[in-house]
Amino acid sequence: MKTPILAFAAFALALALVPVAGNNYFVQQATFVCMYCALALSWNIIGGYAGYPSFATAAFVGLGSYAGALLQNTGVPMVLAWVGATLVTGAFAALLGYGLLRMRGHYFAVGSISIVEVLRLTASSWSGLTGGGEGLNVPIMAGGPEFAGRVFLYAMLVVMVIAFVMTLLVERGRLGFGLRCIQQNEDAADMVGIDVRRYKTAGFTLSALFCGTVGAISASWVAYIAPGDAFSILVTLKVPVMVLLGGPGTLLGPVIGAASFTIIEQTVWSRFLDYNQAALGIVIVLLIFFLPGGLLGSVKKWRLAKGKPGARLPAAARPTENPS
Amino acid sequence: MVYLQVIVNGLTLGALYACLAVGFSLVWGVLNVINMLHGSLIILGGYLTYFAWLHWQIHPLMALLPVTALLFLLGWLLQTLMINRLVHQPVLTTLTVTFGLDLILYNAMNVGFDATPRRITLDMGTLVLGEVVVAWDRIVAFALALGLTLLLYAVMRSSREGRAIVAVRMDRDAAALMGIRINRVYAMTFGIGAALAGACGALMALVFPITTNISGLLLGKAFVVCVIGGLGTVPAALVGGLVLGLIESFSGHWFGPQNAVLIGFVLMLVLLMTRPTGLLGRKGYE
Repeated sequence: MKTPILAFAAFALALALVPVAGNNYFVQQATFVCMYCALALSWNIIGGYAGYPSFATAAFVGLGSYAGALLQNTGVPMVLAWVGATLVTGAFAALLGYGLLRMRGHYFAVGSISIVEVLRLTASSWSGLTGGGEGLNVPIMAGGPEFAGRVFLYAMLVVMVIAFVMTLLVERGRLGFGLRCIQQNEDAADMVGIDVRRYKTAGFTLSALFCGTVGAISASWVAYIAPGDAFSILVTLKVPVMVLLGGPGTLLGPVIGAASFTIIEQTVWSRFLDYNQAALGIVIVLLIFFLPGGLLGSVKKWRLAKGKPGARLPAAARPTENPS
Repeated sequence: MVYLQVIVNGLTLGALYACLAVGFSLVWGVLNVINMLHGSLIILGGYLTYFAWLHWQIHPLMALLPVTALLFLLGWLLQTLMINRLVHQPVLTTLTVTFGLDLILYNAMNVGFDATPRRITLDMGTLVLGEVVVAWDRIVAFALALGLTLLLYAVMRSSREGRAIVAVRMDRDAAALMGIRINRVYAMTFGIGAALAGACGALMALVFPITTNISGLLLGKAFVVCVIGGLGTVPAALVGGLVLGLIESFSGHWFGPQNAVLIGFVLMLVLLMTRPTGLLGRKGYE
């Protein structure tokens, strides 16, 4: 049980040392890795442990980036603006979860995608507040690109570590147990006395919280936000795909998935600009057909096949009796 | 009487929405798959009709049948070769895989046809009835959209294949025990869904400029229609489509067209949270 924590610590340390060894390009790539790891770890709480197919990630990222940018533009210091954006996103998710989590399966998926769309349209049409389709400028951080790049890398790194610690606490605690019960059979969990609604809302809120922070940090990083980029439908798809790639409902799966996905994306298919989306589509199709259960699931399956003790299949790799 | 015009606009739009959503609703209701490809299939149908008209001077109404047949084949192949293997997986898997396929199709269309908005202009003039003015191409699109939707209803009611689809929707296991080949019915259903998307795209190209960039918007409309009307049956999609058309037309009139789409989505979310079976629906919300 110690192995995942040590592995993660080594991974975080390696990312923290990137500025020492590499140039600005590598710092930027490392920032992307941290960002997607934080998002994937967050999604894993509701999507992996609770098994709710949430496609609302981009809604929270976008909300966080707008909240952070607006706070910064009114003169709030950068880091406080990030904290404020986190709280705003968390409060929004808690309220939203109350209504949205009444649905299950397909309706939940459709509802959560629609939240992204509703917020994007609101941001485009409420031009008095958000600048509409023209977007919003955020103060550029002083100190030059070299310094700023490092600040944003460490900020994202901290968020990633916090998201990992959160996952660790959830997995070991009552909440993780309750969410796993909900994933296996929500009605039965309700019957044996788990307060399903409270657990789901808590899981949903936790899975949104740090998406808001990531959004606010990236708004400060890019120094400009617009509705289409902030509420990106691709982000909302990519993050669950990363978790599926790594292994949903596990501690390290999201990290492995997000890191390998980001590295492959940046090294391989960013060279084919015209075919970027098709490449993502092909990765998804290959993943679903040939790697169900993700990388971790495949490793465990292989160990099971070789008869190694202690290997347990993650939930997603097991055949489901009644798909929702 | 300006409202008469608003109602007429809403109904002509609504018939197109019904036609847009009926295939999506059928696939969702029968296969339990949210087909994220639907928006791009509509655009594909529109583009094929447009290019047939532009390069070979084929009248759009003549192209309707071949385009529909081609899209049926595409949908049938997709279901037979790919989606049938995953159809009993959880929604996360099926939705993600159709989303991935959608990205491939979307990208291919952007590279092959580029994303310029395109519209078929037939210049058929307008019909003036008192104070109500309607363009003839809209009337044609309205009539055909309504006709196709009703044709699907007739097929579902009276043909062998249609009855099989309905049977599978009602109870998959019982249908299998009665000797219905489930995978064939699924392929047929997905094919019909794609064919109707293609037909709808062809009709839309008569009325609006079509571009790949609106495929997500069209998919969103299919969501809204399904939630308003309820899932899986033709009358539900028809009611949902007409209601959405009227809602967009009225909210565009009162609050401006930029907010019309937003109001449709918000209404859908409210309905989802309060009445997840839709206006006509009976099926449970799972």
